[in-house]
Amino acid sequence: MKYLKFLLPLAIFLGLAAFLAVGLKLDPKEVPSPLINKASPAFQLTRLDDPASTIRRDDLMGKVWVLNVWASWCVACQAEHPLLVEFASKKMVPIYGLNYKDERVAGLRWLSRYGNPYTASLFDEDGRVGIDWGVYGVPETFVMDRQGVIRFKHIGPLTPEVIRDQVEPLVRQLNG
Amino acid sequence: MAKWIFALLFALAAGVVAAQEAAPAAADPELEARMVRITAELRCLVCQNQTIADSHAGLAIDLKNQVREMLRRGDSDQQIIAFMTERYGDFVLYRPPLKRTTALLWFGPAILLVGGLLILFLVLRRRSRMDPNLFEPDEPGQLDDNRSP
Repeated sequence: MKYLKFLLPLAIFLGLAAFLAVGLKLDPKEVPSPLINKASPAFQLTRLDDPASTIRRDDLMGKVWVLNVWASWCVACQAEHPLLVEFASKKMVPIYGLNYKDERVAGLRWLSRYGNPYTASLFDEDGRVGIDWGVYGVPETFVMDRQGVIRFKHIGPLTPEVIRDQVEPLVRQLNG
Repeated sequence: MAKWIFALLFALAAGVVAAQEAAPAAADPELEARMVRITAELRCLVCQNQTIADSHAGLAIDLKNQVREMLRRGDSDQQIIAFMTERYGDFVLYRPPLKRTTALLWFGPAILLVGGLLILFLVLRRRSRMDPNLFEPDEPGQLDDNRSP
């Protein structure tokens, strides 16, 4: 009982330190998406490389697919891009690009310069589809299951660890 | 003299032109006021300490246009707020809804305040019941004054 007087402040301090330590690890930029485990928002967009042909969300039903939001003006996308090219070369899953608030010419030039990992890129000129998908920072990456439900979202550039530890196991599980 | 008048007219004309350019935003002041009122309640996700109303980030401008469009369509404030939270979560709301997960956020400060007052009250009460001899005198020499019969 006598020690309680001294231990109590120590306990309070340790509790506070634990809270602050956890707080340091949290990234306020990573807002949990309310869209996880919900149906992916519908869209109908033209292909970046072909204004005449459109792709709709429902065209992609029945298969596992990845959506990567990118833009030619986005610097972080450049850093992420080699990883996507490498990931695409494994042919595990089709990767679709959402070319967000970009220009066709700039987007196509960017792809020819840095490589094109995308099965197709959807051209979202005014960013409306981006809003429906809750995009607020480019790049962002989503994984959809066969029913078109969003199962995973990553905000910011992908890292080798995220692809290896999260995206690939999830794709394998969804395909399995 | 004619040159000066001409210059003055020209300046006025420039002002009129500038005013016309700004016109679309203020075309419907009532709608614009509603838009500002709604977006002032919403957090801009790009620059998280600003409201969408305050922010000039690309996404904030897009979302302001989205709100204008929805207002023109006749959507209610609740519908617009729901549209935003469906996409970005409760995080966009500067006034988060009262739920089990946000209870601590809402009541935490009050609990801390009441707890602090309670502790203060208990400590002061205990001290007031203590024997005055247990306290150090405020100043040497005042001891006798405090120890009145």
